[in-house]
Amino acid sequence: MIDYLWVLIVLPLLGAAALIVFGKRIGDPWSGRLASALVGTAFLIAAGFTVPLVTGNGHPETVELFSWIPVLGVEVSLLWDPLAALMTLIVTGVGFLIHVYAVGYMHGDERFGRFFGYMNLFIASMLTLVLASNFVVMFVGWELVGLSSYLLISFWFVRPAASAAGKKAFIVNRIGDWGFLVALLLIFAAFGTFEFAAVFAEAPTGLTTGMATAITLLLFLGAVGKSAQIPLYVWLPDAMEGPTPVSALIHAATMVTAGIYMIARTAVLFGLAPATLTVVATVGAATALFAATLAMGQRDIKRVLAYSTISQLGYMVMAVGVTAFTAGMFHLMTHAFFKALLFLGAGAVIHAVAGEQDMSRMGGLRKVMPITFWTMVVAWLAIAGVAPLSGFWSKDEILAAAFAHGGYFVFLWAIGVVAALLTAFYMTRLMILTFGGEERWPDGVEASEAPPILTVPLVILAVLSATAGIFNTPFRLGLEHFLEPSFEGVTQQLPPAGATVVALAALALVVALVGIFWGWARYSRRLPVEEGGFWGAAVEGYRVDDWYGRLVVAPGKAMATWAAEILDGRIIDGVVNGVGGGVKSFGNSLSGTQSGLVRWYGAVMAAGTLGLLLWLLLSGGLF
Amino acid sequence: MIVTPGWYMALAAVLFSIGGAGVLVRRNALVMFMSIELMLNSVNLTFVAAGTGLGLIEGQVAALFVIVVAAAEVTIGLAILVAVFRGRATANVDELSSLGG
Repeated sequence: MIDYLWVLIVLPLLGAAALIVFGKRIGDPWSGRLASALVGTAFLIAAGFTVPLVTGNGHPETVELFSWIPVLGVEVSLLWDPLAALMTLIVTGVGFLIHVYAVGYMHGDERFGRFFGYMNLFIASMLTLVLASNFVVMFVGWELVGLSSYLLISFWFVRPAASAAGKKAFIVNRIGDWGFLVALLLIFAAFGTFEFAAVFAEAPTGLTTGMATAITLLLFLGAVGKSAQIPLYVWLPDAMEGPTPVSALIHAATMVTAGIYMIARTAVLFGLAPATLTVVATVGAATALFAATLAMGQRDIKRVLAYSTISQLGYMVMAVGVTAFTAGMFHLMTHAFFKALLFLGAGAVIHAVAGEQDMSRMGGLRKVMPITFWTMVVAWLAIAGVAPLSGFWSKDEILAAAFAHGGYFVFLWAIGVVAALLTAFYMTRLMILTFGGEERWPDGVEASEAPPILTVPLVILAVLSATAGIFNTPFRLGLEHFLEPSFEGVTQQLPPAGATVVALAALALVVALVGIFWGWARYSRRLPVEEGGFWGAAVEGYRVDDWYGRLVVAPGKAMATWAAEILDGRIIDGVVNGVGGGVKSFGNSLSGTQSGLVRWYGAVMAAGTLGLLLWLLLSGGLF
Repeated sequence: MIVTPGWYMALAAVLFSIGGAGVLVRRNALVMFMSIELMLNSVNLTFVAAGTGLGLIEGQVAALFVIVVAAAEVTIGLAILVAVFRGRATANVDELSSLGG
């Protein structure tokens, strides 16, 4: 059965091909239904394949499809192990719910069929990435994810902001992709193969620490791009220009998790490079805190969630940085549930208030949108880290692991706790501004509850957000056990045992409640004026884009202009035109000999003949 | 005095030089044709003389070929000359230099 693993990728790929070509003809809503059905089928098949892995008698399987680049020994082959299974289930499961939601959300859009073609392409790309059994196939998926994210973010490309956001996401990701690609070359130089199994088997003995550090730092650069960490996070807030289901798909279930998955997949290599791990954990903690402060000040509901996503990804990166790979994957999973829920709920809210995204013009939606409200409440408490919802367990496990890692990492743990406080605060702010208080809707808006096609996915995700914590608790490490075969030979940081973990959990809970109370105290009665100072700076993202523009983009453009005008325009064109002009003027100087006078030609011929004869005679060559 | 092939060769060389000089110095196309005939026939003379001297028939064969080709060449050449003369009322080759570079 496992030989048919490729069906998982081919199903959405076929959907993408069919819908991109015939999307207009299939139309609304059948293209959406087709796309959803294909992803749903992929989910069911993946679930079927997962059963033997769960029951324990299954072991990682490699499915070889065909040889691609025989010279380099590159095979197109897929790997089915618990880690890949977990990612596949998240991608197809959450992806399926988002597809169903999008059928309702995108209803009436001119390019409805095309949209679902791109969505299916995204799922196929992501599955290629997670199912790859070697670095080359993974890189193919990695790049395809970048392409389809570009297509989806700039889906409404007639809006200049949307097309600019798509380009920004693509170009910023290219920087990370460069790191990934160079890492691939180094891996081939060191091992002579791209296969995961062979590389990981040989790495502990055949790799110097320096080489391991170089490879993992470059891999991490790729992860920084895809998973939106400092300094390459800037594409993610702008990516909110895409349709809301795209935001949910990219920021919850798929693209941004690719970096975390890649680090978890190459855990063996990262384990050999302690310096890299310190960098990874530091970047993760810094991003978690930095993005959380930005999320506090946003007025656009989707931008709050965007910065929140960056912050939560920071937690995951911190987790893999302290070698708590399972904790990182666990938070990836719970985050996929509650962040997808938050984005989809935000989409329902935006629909209800006629496309308004500014939270200061929402308010009072609690009464008119009860289902959306209550599902969002679950997500809010989950992301804030209130027990016993899923976010509490996963975030606490990361923080506990950081604490247990000791030394410098206790400092990162403290940063994580502060970020958790801010998380609880900004989510409370979002909830109160959106659902609480009085109605501040734009004139003429009649807000009402979203139709079932939007709310049913919300409810399912709410159930998952509430309960997913049971997969992995300090009392029963289910996910830990499940993922064991994928992390063979990897030393993982486990949460501390006994009273310490309980104390840390209690502290995390207190921090979450304090954050919620803080937000409640500040926003529940009347809306404070939030202008100037910190709030103004936060709305502008601390002007980081400006600084990048001045420090990176402007010099780059100047160099390109120099290359275009001086290097190409003067030097290269000068050489080409000079050669042409020289030949031409040489020809002109000879053209006088072609007088058109027959007798002149005859005379030259005769003189030449005589000359030749004379030469032959004198040199004695003729006789 | 015995006339050896060398004499014929000398005569042919003289004729060839006269013809070549005629082609180069005369401006009238008709006279140039006549000079070319002179050159061709001087070559015929060498063919025949050499063939006789060496006891080979090929010299005469080659001469016959040259006569045939020369006849054809003169036909075409005169036809062109007549056509040019009709259009320009001149047979002076120096005035026919519109293909000059």
